[in-house]
Parts: sequence; structure tokens; C-alpha cells
Amino acid sequence: MYLSEDKIHSLEKQANEIRESIIEMLVAAGSGHTAGSLDAADIFTLLYFHTMQHDPANPDWEERDLLVLSAGHICPVLYATMAHAGYFPVEELLTLRKFGTRLQGHPHRTALPGLETTSGPLGSGLSQAVGMSLALRMDNPYTSRFVYCITGDGEWNEGQMWEAAMLAGKEQLHNLVVIVDRNAIQIDGYTKDVMPLEPLREKFESFNWDVQEVDGHNIRQLNDAIGKAQAVYGQPSIIIAHTIPAKGVDVFERDFKWHGNPPGKGPEDRVPKDKQASLALEKLRTLGGTIEPSDS
Amino acid sequence: MLAEHLDKRINSKDVEMKAVRDGYGEGLLELGRNSEHIVALCCDLTESTRTSLFADAFPDRFIQIGIAEQNLVSVASGMAAMGKIPFATSYAMFSPGRSWEQIRTTIAYNNANVKIIGAHAGVSVGPDGATHQAIEDIAIMRALPNMVVIAPADSIEARKATMAAAEYEGPVYIRLAREKTPIVTTDESPFSIGKAYTVLHKDVKHQKTVGIVVTGTLLHHSITAATELNNEGIGVSVLHMPTVKPLDTNALMTFAAEHDFLVTVEEHQITGGLGGAVCEFMSENHPIKILRVGVNDEFGQSGEPDELIAHYGMDSTAIINKIKSHLG
Repeated sequence: MYLSEDKIHSLEKQANEIRESIIEMLVAAGSGHTAGSLDAADIFTLLYFHTMQHDPANPDWEERDLLVLSAGHICPVLYATMAHAGYFPVEELLTLRKFGTRLQGHPHRTALPGLETTSGPLGSGLSQAVGMSLALRMDNPYTSRFVYCITGDGEWNEGQMWEAAMLAGKEQLHNLVVIVDRNAIQIDGYTKDVMPLEPLREKFESFNWDVQEVDGHNIRQLNDAIGKAQAVYGQPSIIIAHTIPAKGVDVFERDFKWHGNPPGKGPEDRVPKDKQASLALEKLRTLGGTIEPSDS
Repeated sequence: MLAEHLDKRINSKDVEMKAVRDGYGEGLLELGRNSEHIVALCCDLTESTRTSLFADAFPDRFIQIGIAEQNLVSVASGMAAMGKIPFATSYAMFSPGRSWEQIRTTIAYNNANVKIIGAHAGVSVGPDGATHQAIEDIAIMRALPNMVVIAPADSIEARKATMAAAEYEGPVYIRLAREKTPIVTTDESPFSIGKAYTVLHKDVKHQKTVGIVVTGTLLHHSITAATELNNEGIGVSVLHMPTVKPLDTNALMTFAAEHDFLVTVEEHQITGGLGGAVCEFMSENHPIKILRVGVNDEFGQSGEPDELIAHYGMDSTAIINKIKSHLG
């Protein structure tokens, strides 16, 4: 879908505000996953503020596109994006992981309107997205509704991902678009050390998928890739979005130790624990001058 | 005295034999004719689970998943989210056996309207041996919130359970047996999810009375045992309990009040299944002696179905012996 330079600029600002919310909610929760939540912010912003047909005031709208978060642990970015899009008040983000919250530590479908499924245990989201895609196509072979599935990269260690990939390729699910958050880290280390995934592109191609690789922080590239994915016929599409773990807070970036820790409890080699939250918010509010401060 | 609605031939050599899985296949086919929402998924076991009846009639509503049970149940969950009523079918050993966590997260916790069908359950799978004999499936499914667990007694009841599962909004597990087993119920026999039925009332003669609570295809062995004991002057009744979860606690309380002790009968481990469920409820609400017939903490093995049922102490002779030895 056409994207003007002005719109890109506003989406970048939006992504940055979502990152600020992610930091605030993780700090309030005292636990949760920082790196993947931050680095997927550009992808989620583009999907919710530009790509997807959806209506926050009517989450069950029957013509909506579907977003399935397979990597449930990065739900802070999903919740923050949904709140900024208008699904629920932004203030509610601070209830993340707390007793009685709708924002469970890993997403629970029936807890919050607008969530398409429950996820957390890795590997089963893609299968559900495949099921949704199959059902949509069963009802209407020319359906214009798309299923967007966001997976991690470590998640592709799970055998079930390949079961689902095989089925999607066999069924030629052209209304399925998968975006892999390829940040190259998982809890125990870098993906190349824990369980090498490369050559990932060739693996997907051999499963009969259309494969693209983009800079996962470049809104223009992401938008172009999604546009092409929507046009592919006879194959499911996968976009390998190369991202920088914890993108947006340079002192957290590229360190796998930020995978599963919130600001205030992360590694101290670059910034002491008691400064992590305030420094992260300061960085995000200025972003080295590349984006206007969100409160400007 | 036998309930009126049972097949009159059950205690004769004319008893009709039919596999429980056939009843499922016929029910699914009928459902397919009745509703466009019904879809079926299977893991390369389409013919032997009798899903083939549906697949042949409605190829556009059948998904061949291949040998991938974790994918099977999760794809089914996604289809249910879009308004379909999926029947996700494999052998019980593989689903729910292998697919349990996916069932828990994407179906039970998600409260997805998926029907999980576990065929070839129990040691009566026979020659395939212990690897293929699911005798823990009731336990692992019963532990899941939102899950209904049904073990039909015969093919007629399997057909009814399949139809009822589609009517019911929410996750359901139905376990099926492979071998032909005696048809005990009739089209007129009542079946509702969550209901147990007294199918044989004791003739009170003996000073002690016994209540057999049975699920699944061992209903016939239970009736045979009870009939024989009644003829010998021991008052035995049979409570037929096709739904293990939710447990029909009202029926259990009434039944227990009429008997001196209970015997649970199931083709399953004696822990965690029907025996476990009955013991849990009765110990809190109406403490009573309960004996459990089933597999006692061991694995199955290859053999003919009848000899395995006998070997693991689940046939009518074993039930009779267990009751007699307790009576002393």
C-alpha cells in the first residue's frame, strides 16, 4: 500500500512512542522481554497503523485482517501497539503481568478483545495462523483478508514450525504472510551458537514459500515487502526482517542478555541497573536527533 | 435387571460386534451433511480412524495434515477461531499423547471449539504393542480446564457422542477403540454429555451390594460380570459413565448410596482416569470403599485384544474375581 514520506515519518514517531510505552510497562511489571519487544516495534507499527484492515472499536469485525503473534513473549510490543491504536487505554499498559490484568505475561485470547490467539509456548502460533488462513480460503477462495503471523527466529528451533511451514507450502496459502523477527538472539545466546538457522532463506524456499529479506527497521522496505507478499499467488510468503535486538536504546542493543530482562534488571556492562530505565526513556525521547522528541 | 433401552442380545451369542471408530466415522459423515461448519483434519490415518467417510464425501472440508500431531491440533485451533467446528483426529497415543501441550495452550486455555478424536485407545489395539496403546489419555485430558472427556461404550454411542460434541460449544476429547466390540446400547438409549446411566439394577439378595462404575467399551464385560454375580446372589449394579469429565456427581452420589462399595472399570491406567476421578470425588463427598479395575502402573504389550484385556485384569472374569475376593 502506498506510503508517503510524511506517513513514514509519522510511523517512525509512532514506533518510538510505542517503544517508550514498552520500557514503561516492563519497568512497572518488573519482568518481561525487552530486546524482541523493542526491535519488533517498527513491524507492529506498520501493520497496525498502515497495513491491516482492522477496527479497534470493533475488534471482532468480520472483515478484519488477523495478526497472530507466535512469539508470545514479545507481547509488550503487541499490547503497546494495540493500546496506541485505540484498542484500550494506554494507561492500562502499566498493569502488564500484574494480578487481575487483561495483559497477561503471555497473551491470552479470551482476556483481551483484539487478541487473535493465546501464545507463549513457542512453535504453535504459525500452525494456528495456517489454520485461520485455510478456513478463510475455504469460505472464499478469493478472500481479501490476510493473516499476518509474527515469529521469532529462535522459535524456528521448534519442529512444529517446520510442520506448519510444510503444510502452508503444500496448501499454497497465498493469504498468509509471515514476518520473522530475525534479531539473531535467543535466551541462551546468539542464534548461531544456540542452534544455527542459516541458510534460512533457502530453507523456506525449499518449503515452497516466497521469501524476502529486509531491514526490519526500514518502514519503506517493510512496506514494499508486505505489498509484494500480498501480491504473491500460489505460495505463502515469508519476510525475514533483520532487526537489531533492543533497537532504539543503543546501550541495550545487540546484547542477548536483554532478551528476557526488563530495564532495571538487565546486564550492567554498559549501564548500571538503577539507570537503565531512565536512560532508555531519555534515549528514546531524543533518538540522537534522528526523530523529533515525541512530546515536541 | 437390565435397562429397557439396551440391546436385548448382549448376553447372547447373537450380540452384534462393531468397532467404536465406525460409529465416529458415521457420525462425522452425518454431521458433514448437516453443517458446512464441520471440517476434519487427520494425520495420515484417515482410513483407520474412519475419517475417510467424511474426507471422501467432503474433500474441500478435509485437511490432510501429514504425520504431524502438534500441527494437527494447532491448525484445528486456528480454524475454530474462524468459526469452523474442526474434528482433529489421530491415534490417541499421538494425539493427545504427543500434542498435549498444544492442546492445552491453543485449545483448552484458548477455549477453542475443537473436537479431539483419539482413536485406537487402550491395550485392545493388540499386536501393535505398548507404543501404540494409549492408557494414559483420559488422565492427561481430564486434567485440562475446559475439556470434556468422553469414552463411548460402543459404536452407536460413539456416533451419538460425535454428534453431541459438535452441538457442544467448546473443547471435547473422544477416545475410540480399534477392535470390534459388542453393541450394548441402542438408538433409543439416552446419551447426553455429562450424564451417567444406571444400565443394570442389582437384585438384592446378598448381604453386601456392589456398584460397578464403568467407562468405554468395558461396559459389556461389566454387565456380563454383574449379571453372573446377580445370578449367584450377589447384588451388583452397573453405572454406565461415558463422560468422565464433567463427572456426573449426582448420579454417582445416588449410586453410591445404594451400594456397599464401588468398583471402577476402564481400559486405562487405574491412576488418573475414571478410577481417579471417582475416588477424588467420593473421598471428599461420600467416603466409600472403591476398587479399581484397569492397568496397574505398567505398560501394555503385543497380543490379541481379548488376551490382553484378560491379562491386565479387565475382563468379566477378572471383575468377578476382584469383587469376590473383596467379599471374602
